[in-house]
Amino acid sequence: MTETGLPILLPFALIIVLIFMRSTVSSRWTGIVGALLNMIVAVYLFLQLRHDDVLVLQVGGWEAPYGITLALDYLSALMLLVTALIVLVIAIYAFRFIGDRPGYSKFHVFFFSLTMGVNGAFITGDVFNFYVWLEVILLSSFVLITMGAKKDQLEGGIKYMTLNLIASLLFLAGIGLLYGKTGTLNMAHLARILINDQQSILMNTSAMMFFVALGIKAAVFPLFFWLPASYHTPNITVTSLFAGLLTKVGVYALIRFFTLFFVQDVYFWHNLLLIIAGLTMVIGGMAATIYFETRRILSYHIISQIGYMIMGLGIYTPLAIAGSIFFMIHNIIAKTNTFLVMGIVSKIKGTFYLKDIGGLYKERPFIAILFIIPAFALAGIPPLSGFFGKFILIKAGIEDKHYIVTAVAVLTSLLTLYSMIKIWNEAFLKKQPESTHLPSKVKLKISEVLPSVILALASVLLGLLAAPFFEWTLAAANQLMDPNVYIEAVLNKIE
Amino acid sequence: MNSVILQLAAKYLRILFLSFALIALVRGHNFPGGGFIGGLLAALYIVYDSLAFTTQQIKKELIVRPEHYIGSGLVCVLLSFLPSVLSGSPLMQGKWLSLDIPLIGVTKLGTPLLFDVGVFLTVMGVTLLFLFTLSTKK
Repeated sequence: MTETGLPILLPFALIIVLIFMRSTVSSRWTGIVGALLNMIVAVYLFLQLRHDDVLVLQVGGWEAPYGITLALDYLSALMLLVTALIVLVIAIYAFRFIGDRPGYSKFHVFFFSLTMGVNGAFITGDVFNFYVWLEVILLSSFVLITMGAKKDQLEGGIKYMTLNLIASLLFLAGIGLLYGKTGTLNMAHLARILINDQQSILMNTSAMMFFVALGIKAAVFPLFFWLPASYHTPNITVTSLFAGLLTKVGVYALIRFFTLFFVQDVYFWHNLLLIIAGLTMVIGGMAATIYFETRRILSYHIISQIGYMIMGLGIYTPLAIAGSIFFMIHNIIAKTNTFLVMGIVSKIKGTFYLKDIGGLYKERPFIAILFIIPAFALAGIPPLSGFFGKFILIKAGIEDKHYIVTAVAVLTSLLTLYSMIKIWNEAFLKKQPESTHLPSKVKLKISEVLPSVILALASVLLGLLAAPFFEWTLAAANQLMDPNVYIEAVLNKIE
Repeated sequence: MNSVILQLAAKYLRILFLSFALIALVRGHNFPGGGFIGGLLAALYIVYDSLAFTTQQIKKELIVRPEHYIGSGLVCVLLSFLPSVLSGSPLMQGKWLSLDIPLIGVTKLGTPLLFDVGVFLTVMGVTLLFLFTLSTKK
């Protein structure tokens, strides 16, 4: 199916158009139109999955395991959909928040190369190809962080780049070991070889390399330091984009690899995952409480929430994996939205520091509502999306008798709630401190508020329509727990 | 630097560098070489020129801006996908055309060559962009 390549080809074509484009106005419009097209592609591919279990494209006609395979199952399709939503929203948001700022003239080129990287990582069926997409993501995100060339941006960018390069190095080393031991890098072929292999405990070295590398990418507990060091420096548009997509690629890969072919030593790996998950939740949540800069608080929250996704993988039942996927999608939407709202707040008040902000609830009740929806969704208050995500995970945890990590998950919700209430109290309820200079009366444009409205609606809908949506994530989880469908589709399909 | 010998040498070496680059590009499908190496060799001639002359002069001599080299390279890559898509084969499958050119003989032209031309232009553009960015004072 040639269409399977579209999530990569479309951003690629957009990059070309944008390179030749001179005026920033037309590239902003191209950005929005391109993001819409990307959305259409994602929806189309998702609908195609009603006919086939897995969409497979053997690139260049070289059959697996010799060529590069693109394979799209339910998990990939769901991730493509939510990525397309975020890309669309950010394209609209960038219309004014990037605008024609100096230094940002090529923003859209790198925006779409990041999109291409993320899409590619979600649909590839080859471990080495996945590494290539990781590099595409890394390079474009580095450029996006340092755009504007301020001192702290360069500092954050270098920390980000260094730690992520270490991750890439480890990942590459893991690939080398894996290839040495099995002679293949096609994910389905790896799975087929490793299922029948009695010696597969030898895989633990590669699995550990992959785990550390992807752990850095996903920002889990002892490896997350690049994230809070860099996320508060770039333009808020870029931070929102990263908050939604970057770490989730790591989580996606962990879910994919540890359900498809690293399944030999389940007892060890899944206990490790659970311990890491618990620590990530608590440490991220606690670190968030000591900051008073909104972007930093929210950055630590990203880390805390990654813990929940890893927890679902650690429990390793269909229900738990479905919970992980549900939670990941909810989190991408809600987390990006909190950053978007903080961008709007900083535009009104001219700062990200909570001490200097106040009185927004009286001044702009609409913005307050826009903030309270994703914030409550993150804290897990019904009927918003986060409640169901956490509910599924906790139910799966209790069913499978993982009481400690489940208790930690419940308690971390309180930490999340505390931080959200802190932002709410400081920015919205308390009176505006008098000492600060406010920008003169700011009038908000539609393109600034619309993205946040779309995501808030998505959060509410995800909560209200949780049942049908849960069916999809459960279908994805069932597919992951039964790798044979994927393996058969990739290895035996003759076009 | 302003050396007459270097400037004169640069003029003649230009032809040598460029023809090597093109040879590397064309033979690349079956032998060592290819778009990446060809692109680097082609960029080398401009690096050499920029040592002999000034970067400003070189910028004027180049017909298009480095970014546009990258852009047109990517266009070539995208175009090389078209034959496979239009003929209904899997994406990126190589399509070949046999041409009987007088004096040279039967030549096979294929989409991999177009892809390589794309790589050539992109690598050349990127190298030039590095060069110009690093040699411009701010």
